[in-house]
Parts: sequence; C-alpha cells; structure tokens
Amino acid sequence: MMEIPLALRGILVITGKNMRLYYTKPPVLMFGLLFPLFLFFAFFVGRKLDLITFFPAFLGMMLFFTASSVGPLITPWEKREKTYERLLSYPVTQDSIILGDVVAGVVFGMGISLIVWIASTLVIPVAVTNPGLFALAFVLGTVSSAALGVLLASPASDSPPNVMIFSNLIRFPLIFISGIFVPLSQMQGPGLALAYCSPLTYLVDLFNAAMSGVSVFSPLVDCGVLIGISAAFLIATRGIQTGNLVKGL
Amino acid sequence: MNAIEAGHLSKRFGPVIAVNDVSLTVREGEIFGFLGPNGAGKTTTMRLLTGVLTPNAGSVLICGTDIHRRPLEAKMQMGVILESSTVYGDMSPEQNLHLSGQMYGMPKSQREERIDELLSRVGLQEKRRIPVRTFSKGMRQRVSIACAIIHRPKVLFLDEPTSGLDVQSRRLAIELVREMNGQGTTIFLTTHNIEEANMLCQTVCIINKGKIVAQDSPERLKKMFDTTQSVEVSFDRAVTRDLFAADGILRAEPCGDKWRLYTDNPDRVLKYLVGRAEQESLGITSLTMSGPSLEEAFVQLTECA
Repeated sequence: MMEIPLALRGILVITGKNMRLYYTKPPVLMFGLLFPLFLFFAFFVGRKLDLITFFPAFLGMMLFFTASSVGPLITPWEKREKTYERLLSYPVTQDSIILGDVVAGVVFGMGISLIVWIASTLVIPVAVTNPGLFALAFVLGTVSSAALGVLLASPASDSPPNVMIFSNLIRFPLIFISGIFVPLSQMQGPGLALAYCSPLTYLVDLFNAAMSGVSVFSPLVDCGVLIGISAAFLIATRGIQTGNLVKGL
Repeated sequence: MNAIEAGHLSKRFGPVIAVNDVSLTVREGEIFGFLGPNGAGKTTTMRLLTGVLTPNAGSVLICGTDIHRRPLEAKMQMGVILESSTVYGDMSPEQNLHLSGQMYGMPKSQREERIDELLSRVGLQEKRRIPVRTFSKGMRQRVSIACAIIHRPKVLFLDEPTSGLDVQSRRLAIELVREMNGQGTTIFLTTHNIEEANMLCQTVCIINKGKIVAQDSPERLKKMFDTTQSVEVSFDRAVTRDLFAADGILRAEPCGDKWRLYTDNPDRVLKYLVGRAEQESLGITSLTMSGPSLEEAFVQLTECA
C-alpha cells in the first residue's frame, strides 16, 4: 500500500525535474515550438485558405509537435550525462520515470497549445461547439503525442542528436498523411489508408468535431483510438526500455 | 536484522553470465568491502542490490524489504554514490540536493536545514548556486555524496567513490563514510583500492568471474596466505638472483634497487641474508619485513579462481 503514494510522488518529482531541465533545451524549442510555427507560416500564410476551417488541423499539429518533442530528448540526455542510473537508484521505478517523462510532454504540449489557441481567438473567430469534447481532445491528444515522444526515445542509448533526427523522421511524415493540409474528407485510395494509420488523424478529426461539429469518424471512435494508441505506446515503451536498460548506464 | 541479504543472485546478459549464484550478508552497522578485478561482476552485483537491474534469479533484502518486490520502500532506506559523479550539470549543488530531498519525500524546511549542513560539510557553501557543470570531478563527487546522504540512509552503497579524486576530495569522502558509519549507517563499498578496503572494512568480499571467491575479515583473509610474507632487502652493490637460491625463499622479485623475497619463514630468511652478506662482504643498506597483504590475498584468490 505504501508503494502507491511513493510512486505518485516519484512521478511528480520527475515531472518537475524534466520541466526545469528540458523545456528550455534548444532541440525542444526548435522542434517543439518553432518547427510547427514555421510549418504554419509556410502552408497557411499568404494563401487563399480558410483559416477557420483549417484551424483544428493547425491546433492538432501544434499540439502533436509540442507534446512529442520533450520525450525524445530526456532519456538519451540522462544516459549521456550518466544521471539515468542515479535516477533509478532513487525511490522510483522505471514506470515512474516513463510516466514522469510523458507528463512533462503533456504539460508542455498543453501549455503551448492553449497559449496558441487563446492568442488565435483574439485574431480569428474560432468557435468551439462542444467545449467538453474540446477539452477531451486536448487531454487525449497531448497524452498520445507525449507517449509517442517517449516511445521514440526508447530504442536509443545516449545520443540526443540521433534520437531527435529519428523522432523527426517519424513525426514529420505524419503531418502530411493526417488530414492537416488535405482534409480527410477529400482523401481517397492509399492516402486515406495511410491516414487511418496515423494517430494525428484521429486527433485532428476530434478537434474538428469539437470546434465545427463536423467529423469523418464518430468522436467515440476518435477517443477510443487515441486511448488505445496511448496505451500501446506506453506498453511498447516499457518493453523496449526494459530490454535497453543496461545500454548507456 | 541484517542490512543487506542477497541470496543466490544470478544475472545474465545474453550468453554471458555476469553474476553467478552470488549470496552475501551485510550486518547492520558494518562497513563491507566488495572487491574484484575489472569485469568480475562488481558493478552488476551492486546494480542488482540497489534495484537498478532485475536479477534472473535470487533475491535481495534491504533491511528486511525485498527490493525487487517492494522497490520503493527498500530504496527509501538507502543511498547510492556512483563512480561517475552522477549529478545534474545544469543544476547548482543546492538544486541537486533539493531534487534528491524531494525524491525521498523530505519536507522543504527539513531539506533546507539539511542542505545547509551538508554544503558546509562538503565545503561547497560558497558555490551553492553555481551550476555543477563548471565543477571539477572532486567537487562533483562531493555533491553526489551529499545527494546520497541527504535523507540519512540506513544503508549506503558506494561504487568506487574515490576513483580519480584529488587527495582532499578522497580524504573527505573517506571521512564522510566513517562519519556516516559512526552514526549507524551500514556501508557497502565497491572498490579497486585494496588499501582503502583494508583500512575501512570489517568484512571484505572478493568476486571473480561473477562468483564470490572469498568473504571474511581482512585479517583472516591475509592469514589464509601466510606464504605471502615478504622480506625486502637492498645491498650496497648489485647482486644476482642466484644469491637468493636458499631454503625458505619461495620467490625472489627485483623491485627497483631492492629485492622482495617471499617466504613462509621470515626468521630463517633474515638469518640467511645476514650470514650471506657477511660471507660476500656485502653491505645491507635496507632490510624490511612485511606481513601477508590483502593485495596478495586478492591477487591469489582472483588468479587461482
């Protein structure tokens, strides 16, 4: 019984440590903040696109990039600095470390995306037809993206640059197949089949459902897929990190 | 109650058996030395004992709590000092210590009081707000030691704590270990430094190729190797090995301008040397006798295993 409060405390302390140490690291700022903003400017600004229609997609992309940018950095950085073993010797388990890393990604993704959303409402009239679903989309989107970020760091040993490159190799193509630049309703054939494989598709669809009330899938399906994907990412992370534990100690 | 009890620990990495059926017991309040050559399985054993790695077989109890079944409770009772001074370089000593204190659930006021005390003790009070990345290895290790003892652990694990440190930092580390032990903390010390183990430890355990080859007090271990007593002699002119072909001299080795003669009967060797020097008109410039050393015991145990 004593283990549960200790585990929760461990997760909180690790989250705090991650927030203090990694939020301001250049790779996180570059790939989590500047990258999605530049993509937004590159694809939406100066073109005759309806920003209100594309806003859920932009918000989904922002949230995906910010929440998934912290995780890939933490474990390789800790292994390189030899602090990972020290961390494991504290009253925490590997699961607490994984969850602490995920929560740090969630807080970062949620914080930045909320700022972007609030700032956007001052410039363009973006409506939210279902606030509850909108909040749920925020939570499920950040959790699944942060879990993906931590999963991407799992096979690595102690080289943060290699992990960041690897994580961008995975994350970057996802934005082109997830109904961000081409709405899901206009996709067909192999493009649509690929879109079904991306977790970002369901997040963007959920934001569409919450903001405009129109979505390709039922919100229930979107939520179910995001929950399932988050669980799968966490289980895979646990398995890979357990197998890789000795690497970089 | 024993502070550490490890029973039949085994750990394999693929086809390699790093730790093979290791059992050891560390009594409460003891300083326990864990020695072994490189690659013998010392660090893996320590990682199994501290819950960093999970064994393929066997169990570890820390103050009666199974570390692999109830890891958090067991880890609350111990502190770990690693060889590579593992502290966060982007944080100051004060921030590193706060983080450690938070990990052990210490309230803020208690943490602040203890941090003041520890930073003064390790001589880093004036550098408490400077990032650790700017520190020397010795200073980083002092921060690491302070982090490991902030919660006054019942059991303290140290992995090569003085390796590569300057004299002052090494002395400080040893003093702190003694001080913690004086306050009742059980010490598990992994070291290459046999003299350090000889000086500090009540029990020494030697591991080789993943197996325990000896576990006893340093003095008893030395006595197992009585034949490693030696006489060191130097003469006023060079002599050859032939001079030492005599009963009672088991082995003769040149050491700089001296000869070291291994024997199980130093009295006989001394008498022989004096008589022979007289005969050959040799002047004895130095003559010293040494008892069996822990280093010799270590070498013999790890060579013959």
